[in-house]
Parts: sequence; structure tokens; C-alpha cells
Amino acid sequence: MEVLSTPGLATVQDFGRFGSLRFGVGTAGAMDHLALAAGNLLLGNEDGAAAIEVPLFPFKARFDADNSFALTGGGCGARLGGRALLPWSVHAARAGEELLLSPAPGVPGSRAYLALPGGVDVPEVLGSRSTQLRGVFGGQCGRALQAGDKLAARGASPGLAGYGLEPPGVALPLLADGTPGVRVIPAAEYERFTEASRAAFWAGEWKITAQSDRYGYRLAGAALAFEAPVEMLSHGIVPGVIQVPPNGQPIIQMRDAQPSGGYPKFGTVIEADLWRLAQAPAGSRIRFVETDWNRALAAAEALRGWLEEVGRLCDLIRCSALGRRP
Amino acid sequence: MTPAISLLGTTALLFEAPGHCELASQQRIWALARVAERWPEVREAVPGMNNLMLVFAAPPRDLAGFEARLRAAWDGAEPLPLEGRVVELPVTYGGETGPHLQDVLDHTGLCLDELVERHTAPLYPVFALGSHPGYCYLGGMDARLATPRRAVPVLRIPGGAVSIGGAQTGVSASDGPSGWNTIGHTSIRFFDPGRSPPALLAPGDSIRFRVQAVTR
Repeated sequence: MEVLSTPGLATVQDFGRFGSLRFGVGTAGAMDHLALAAGNLLLGNEDGAAAIEVPLFPFKARFDADNSFALTGGGCGARLGGRALLPWSVHAARAGEELLLSPAPGVPGSRAYLALPGGVDVPEVLGSRSTQLRGVFGGQCGRALQAGDKLAARGASPGLAGYGLEPPGVALPLLADGTPGVRVIPAAEYERFTEASRAAFWAGEWKITAQSDRYGYRLAGAALAFEAPVEMLSHGIVPGVIQVPPNGQPIIQMRDAQPSGGYPKFGTVIEADLWRLAQAPAGSRIRFVETDWNRALAAAEALRGWLEEVGRLCDLIRCSALGRRP
Repeated sequence: MTPAISLLGTTALLFEAPGHCELASQQRIWALARVAERWPEVREAVPGMNNLMLVFAAPPRDLAGFEARLRAAWDGAEPLPLEGRVVELPVTYGGETGPHLQDVLDHTGLCLDELVERHTAPLYPVFALGSHPGYCYLGGMDARLATPRRAVPVLRIPGGAVSIGGAQTGVSASDGPSGWNTIGHTSIRFFDPGRSPPALLAPGDSIRFRVQAVTR
């Protein structure tokens, strides 16, 4: 397929690059692992296949051959050759047909994922196809997609389309006092914030500011204050870590986060809820819910369970349609 | 004093050694990394400055047992003396490529010549890599140069920027955001994803800064 137009920041991503943190290389990877995994399951791809992450719309692409694709995630409306498409589904495109992802206020989410059979065919660099924007490697030439980029699928079309699944936002909702919630485990410097700041963090609503991207989400809310100034040595961090610079406004590290940092850490949004943040648009509000190790492991287990069920149903559909036994 | 162990969600665990960040302690961190990276729960062991992040391949069910094993491994860790090569970097201090030099002078109360002399004097051992591809955290900075990180991170610092953050100094390996104070500029390629290993320097190597120019 060929990219016809994009306002920018669309990238090729898989689950991310592991094993190179000690060289200073952050993992990158899809902001919403659940939408990526679901897209791959819908197509019968291997677990870690790469897809296109689209955070800004309109995004327009043309299929140069008959092929199927899966569209997951949210934040946009979708049309193929003028026909409206159901989200979280597999569709069949004919050669020459144009796919248009357009802004759609009211559609939940903020990032769409376009999965191709076998995954997007870009070279593996240091064990991953994810785009490393800071390092300028991986994905499509280490950069965001541009008009004129041609992307091939690594596998053949499964020859089956027209099925989909219930979005995880519906299947696995998490609200805190009516506001989208994410669960947080307190981190090393938690006790060094004032008691009032700790209370305000859990009680307040936090706005995701416009200065939020794949590197981090800058939040606006009650300023968080330390009992005493905290100056720290550089240490490893991961996506989800909530850093608090001296101005007191938290920054949640996202998938393009540096592998290390030096600001005090209030807590970490658990891995099992990062997909929720990925789909929370700039300008929207979230709340934090305190959790612990065991409950966070249970949350990860719940996601695995949902994905296993999605995988089982997709296998059933493919096998019954193609006349095979599962 | 005992080490501090804390959680980074369920993704990783942070081990912070007690005491100051100095070479002998850092050599024990390197030794601990070699031990812990072989554990089945650990995907990668990532040294920081006097600390070690363990990224989980699978989060251990028995967290207390895992932490006890880590503490025991630290108690048994002997300093691992890595001695690599020395790389000399010519630096232009101040001017347009050192926009925060004055802030460092103001904070430290040093004059420009004193700052340059103190910054170029030591041999800086590479303690760890982090931040961005190929970036080296260095030990050995003169404590008189210590300057707090900036209140608001700068959104774009160019590759080659020589900077000071807290008690540390370093050189940006590529363009990107930073909370550190940029005092000068140098030119070198720290990272090539096609090379094996991809990073130019590794823990145990050393950097020496040489004065190329001082812009007043």
C-alpha cells in the first residue's frame, strides 16, 4: 500500500525493542499494545507483527493489490473506497481502493492501528521493527510515514474479511468517579511528596495537555510539592513512570520514553493500563487509582484472558469459514 | 546502610545501592548486573548511576523472595574492574552552543576559566549508558561544578551538546529533550544501529574533554 497523505506522526510499531536498554535504546513500540495484539489476532498474524500506528487524521492510503487488513484502536472514522468501515474488524480491499481515516469527534480513543497480513515488511533493527524516532532507525527509515511511502505486507492475505470484535474499552472498562481511570503503583520517591500532594494526586482529575506525545504525557492539575528538594542520580525508567519535575506538574513516560531519567518518580501506571492512556486524547481528563503488585498482576492476567478469548474466536471464525477444524 | 528496592509498576524493579556514586560501588553494580541478567525472571539488567534496573521477562509471583535473592547477590558482589579505552573529545565551551553556561557559572560562583579547567581536568569513566542511544553517564565530575537540572526540561538539545545535570556531566549523542544545562559542544558519533555492539562506548571506557575553544 502507498501512503497518500498524513498530517504526521504515523509510525510502524511492534511490541518494541527489548535487550538494548543498556545501549541507551528505549523500547519504543505501539502505544496501545492491546489494539496492536488484537489487530494481529484478527488477521492470524504472529504475536509481535508490526502495524501502522496513526495518531493524527486524516490519513489516506491506497492499496496497490487486493489485500485484507485489520483496523483497531480508535479516534477516527474509516472509509474504504467511500464505504464506511466498522472499527475493530477485518476488511478486504481491492487493488486501487483508497482507505481514509478521518477525524471523528465522539468516536472513543485517539490512535488507530492498521494491521496487514503477516505484519508490515520493514527490516528488523536490533530485534524489532518499531520506529526509534530519537535514534532515527527502525520502522520506515527511522522516521514517521510520509506521503509516497510504500509499505508491503510480509504475508499473504488470509482471503477472509468481514468479522470483528468488541472493543476492549467496552469489554474492560475502568472508571473512577465517572472519569477514565488508570492504576498506579507508588514508586521510590512517593513518600517524599507532601501528604497534601499525595492526597491531591489520588483525589484530583488530571488533564492530558496538548504537549503530550509518544515520549510522554504532560499533565495539568494540582502542583505536586516535595517535603524537601530532591536531586537524584540517573536511573532506569520504563513507560508508565510518572516523573515530577520541580514545577510540580507530572509527566507520564510513554513508549518513546528514554530508558533512564533523573526526576523523582511519584508512581508508575501499570503496564496493563498503558493502552488506556494511549487512547486518552489530549485535552481529556483522567484519574489515578492506587494499586499494588498482586492486583497489578491480576490486571495483566485479565488482559491476557481477553486476548486469549479474542484469539480463540478468531481461530474459530477462520477455521469454520475455510472448512478446517480449529 | 542497606540498598533500596522499589517497583517500576510490574515492568521492572529498581535497586539503589547505598552510599555515594563512586567507581568502586559502580563496579559492584556491574557485577550485580552480570549475576541478575542470568535469572529467568529478568529480561535485561540495566546499570544506572549507583543503581540497577531489572526489567522483568515475567514478573515474579513471589516478589519478596526475588528481592531477598537480589539483596543476597549484592552482598556477595565483588567490584568488577572493567578497564576499556580512553576517548578524547575536543569541546567548544560557551557561545551559541553553550546556552546555559552562564547559569552554571551563576550557580557555582566559578569564573569561566575555572569552570573550563575543572571540567577538562578529570578522566571520566563511563559508568553506564542510558537516556538515548549511545549516551554515556560519566563518573568523576568535580563536585564544585554540580548544578541542579533545569526547572523545565528544554525540548530540543542538539547532538554533541556537553552538559551538566546535578553532580553529573555528559555529551548528548543525538538531538532531543533534556533537563540538563548545556555548557559547550563536541562532535562524535556515539551510536550506529548497524554496528555490533551499536554503542561506541561501554561501561569501563573513559572520556577526556580537551579545550578546543572558549567563547566569551
